[in-house]
This record gives sequence, C-alpha cells and structure tokens, in this order.
Amino acid sequence: MPTAAQQALNPLHDAHPYPGALIVVEGIDGSGKSTQLKLLRRHLEAQGYALKFTEWNSSELVKDTMKMGKKKNLLTPTTFSLLHATDFADRYYYEILPALKAGMVVLADRYVYTAFARDAVRGVDPGWVRNLYRFAAKPDLALYFKVPIEVSLDRLTSARANIKFHEAGMDLGLAANVIDSFRIFQGRVLEEYDRCVAEFGLQSIDAQGPIREQQEHVRALAEKMLAAKPAVRKVVKK
Amino acid sequence: MTPTRATSRKRGLPRVEREEVKGKLIVLEGTDGVGRSTQIARLVPWIETHGLPVVVTGWNRSLLVSKLITSAKEGTLLNKVTYTLLYATDFADRLERVVIPALKSGMVVVADRYVATAMVRGAVRDVDRDWMRELYGFAPPPDLTVYMRLDVDDLITRTLDRTRLNYWESGMDRHMGEDIHDSFMSYQSKQIREYDEMAKEAGWKTVDARRAVDETQVEIRKAVAPVLQIPLDRVHERLQPMTTLVDEEG
Repeated sequence: MPTAAQQALNPLHDAHPYPGALIVVEGIDGSGKSTQLKLLRRHLEAQGYALKFTEWNSSELVKDTMKMGKKKNLLTPTTFSLLHATDFADRYYYEILPALKAGMVVLADRYVYTAFARDAVRGVDPGWVRNLYRFAAKPDLALYFKVPIEVSLDRLTSARANIKFHEAGMDLGLAANVIDSFRIFQGRVLEEYDRCVAEFGLQSIDAQGPIREQQEHVRALAEKMLAAKPAVRKVVKK
Repeated sequence: MTPTRATSRKRGLPRVEREEVKGKLIVLEGTDGVGRSTQIARLVPWIETHGLPVVVTGWNRSLLVSKLITSAKEGTLLNKVTYTLLYATDFADRLERVVIPALKSGMVVVADRYVATAMVRGAVRDVDRDWMRELYGFAPPPDLTVYMRLDVDDLITRTLDRTRLNYWESGMDRHMGEDIHDSFMSYQSKQIREYDEMAKEAGWKTVDARRAVDETQVEIRKAVAPVLQIPLDRVHERLQPMTTLVDEEG
C-alpha cells in the first residue's frame, strides 16, 4: 500500500516514478489485443529489452477459488470484483511493481480498466471500484483495441468452440442464449471502456484494420514512449 | 433483474437498499482471545428465548474464501494488500449471502467481529485508512457494537491459559519483536489502542472482559436489551449455552 505521501500523487492518474515502463492492452474479448501484445513482445525481445509479461486473472493465489466460485455459482458482483482485485494485487506486488522498479518493460494483458468496465456493467459502484485499484501505477502506454461487437463475435465463434459463461455475462441473466447475452453484455462493456478512454486517456486503436498495420502502429507508439524513458534496461544479448 | 447505474447507489452493494433492512445487527468486537465466542454462545439462546430469530456470522467463515485464507496463511503467500482484499471478499460474501438476507427478513444478526476488526488489522499493517474505509463502505452500520476489552497483560495470560501463541495473532508477519512473546505484546497492544480509539469515536458499549463469564454476559445483555426491546429485568436469565456457534455458511 502506498504511503500517505504517495497516495496524494494518485498513482492511477500521475506518471509513476519507477525506471521501468508499463504497457497495457485493453479491449473486449475478440478485439485482438492479446495477439497484438504477443507481436509487440517479440519485437521488444528482439530489441533486447528486459520484459515481464502478466495476464489478467492468472495468479495462483485465487485461481482455485475463482474456478470453484464460478462453477458453483457462488460469486456475487461484489465478490467477483474483490477476487479479481486480489488476483491483481497479488500480481502487482509480486510481479508488476518489482519489474518496474528493476527497470523492466512490463506487458500487461488487461489492467485495471478491465475491472472498471466489467464491474460497472455488473452493477458495482464505479467509484468504489476505482478506489479498490487506487494503488496501481498509471501505465506509460495504455492501448485500447476498439472493435464492434459483431466483429469480435465473428472472431470468437470462428476461433473457439464456445464463448465462456462469464465472458458473455450469462451471470446477469441478460438473455437466454450465450450469443445474445454476449452482444448485450459486451455492448455495455464497450460503453464503459469509452468512459475509461476519456477518463484515463487510453490510446484508442482501430482493431478492425489488418493485424500487421495495427502492429506497426503499436510498435511506433511503444518505441516513441520507450525513447522517452532512458532508465529502461536492456539485457545483454547472448 | 439487471442492476444498472441508476439503482447502484454510492458505496452500496448492488441490489441492496438500506430501507429494506428490517432486522437488527449486533456486533461483538475485541482482540483475539477476549472471549467473544463464549459470550455469543450465551447471548444467542437468550435472544431466542424472547422470540427473536438469530443468525450468527463470524470472521473468515465464508463458503467462498475461508479455506483459501486459511491455507494461504499457512505459507507466505500473502502481502498486506492481498491479505486485506481476501478478508474483504470473505466479508462481502457473508454480507450478501447471510447478513443482508437475514436482516431483510427481520432477523437479528450477531456478528463475531465486523468492519472494525478489518480496520484495526489494516491499521496495524499500515494499510491506507481512506482506502480501507471506502473498501468497506458497502457494509450496513451496526445497530449496536459491544467492545470486549482486555489489557494486553490480561490478554496474554488468558491466551496462554487456553492455547499457545499463534504466528498471525502475534503479528509475526510484521516483524514487530525479537520473539513471538514480544511480537504478540506489541502487535496486540497496537490493536487494543486502535479498538479503544474507535470505541470512543463511534460510541461503542465497552465491556470489561476481565470479569467472570456470567457477569460479562449480563453487561452485554444490558446493552442488547434496549436495541431488541427486551425488558431490562430479564438480563439475568440462566440458559444452556450453544455448543456449536455456526455451521459453515452459505
């Protein structure tokens, strides 16, 4: 937890003081953000940056509980939100923050904005969720991959056999079938993301364009940002 | 029914309106080992004798995360933020599944610890107070908080009389002393100071927990009686204490 002095800085809104750099990607499921981050990772690796990759909802700490809670339908919007925050805090204090202090480039597949968007749609108070994640450092580059619902649905249904229950917001009882529910739920998530873009200055990327062109854009933005961060470390090439 | 921005009020849990809450919430607070469970085991049958249904809820008893908290505390997995957040998850789970439904149906909820315990544990770990206050902002305020108080010297002898010192109850994760005794003394003193301050601020009923169990029970009943509209001349009734406090919740 930040001290009172650090708190006054409002980490989510002011540039962080660490030598490393934080790049995050956001967007609804099927927006292509993970693909773009993977390609960026290859590029930065080749350039010799010391990288740390971290992914939403991946910590071992809450994994089993989350799985059990989802399966047995034990989660409420509030506990769903709190467990994700616990997952995030675990990764933040054991991975993200140490890597930033060590001068590494942290690549995060989803960050706090995912919680802001999804939890708000589940009816959790937006102010409460923002406070929950108040300790998190502001990214040096936050990319939002914006895509219409139908495009993401096409991608998901062609690439995967089925859309997951919570990804479709089926817990909210919005529609009887997964596809309709996904449309409604992710549509609302999109609206919340738009709010985040304005509130936190996320950089919007048109995620409908060719993957390669998007990647060129992403690399250019990352390079520009990294050029302004001289303390970021590179590892000695073998 | 889909929750929307309009129905979710600031600080509130989604789908809970305070006005719907008809029951009474009675909280027992105090450090580890002051005898809260012993008192609750005697308080509950007494309330029930007066025709009021009671639900007991206790710290870290949620179906969702209590096992996780227990196993995580066996190792060194938790930092102070994840520690705080897991307890908040436990709390929210019990609140939504046990406390609020019971209050809505007009029952009496007796809580073995409540928000104050989270605030105290956070404070002794230097967790930001405003952050925590906001985090727990969804909790309905108690109708009565009884604070069972012991000085640290009485607390350690009573604890050792009953059991052995415990790593977490001694605050060993905070590296507060040379050995577990010193750590216990410094950790629990700090907690007592925090509880004292809150008791003063929020006007809790403070009960001297050094006294005999039955005397303490009478003190607690005297505080509870007016809240539940039980006549004060009934506080001396002797009843069989409950043997098990709470089954697994959920």
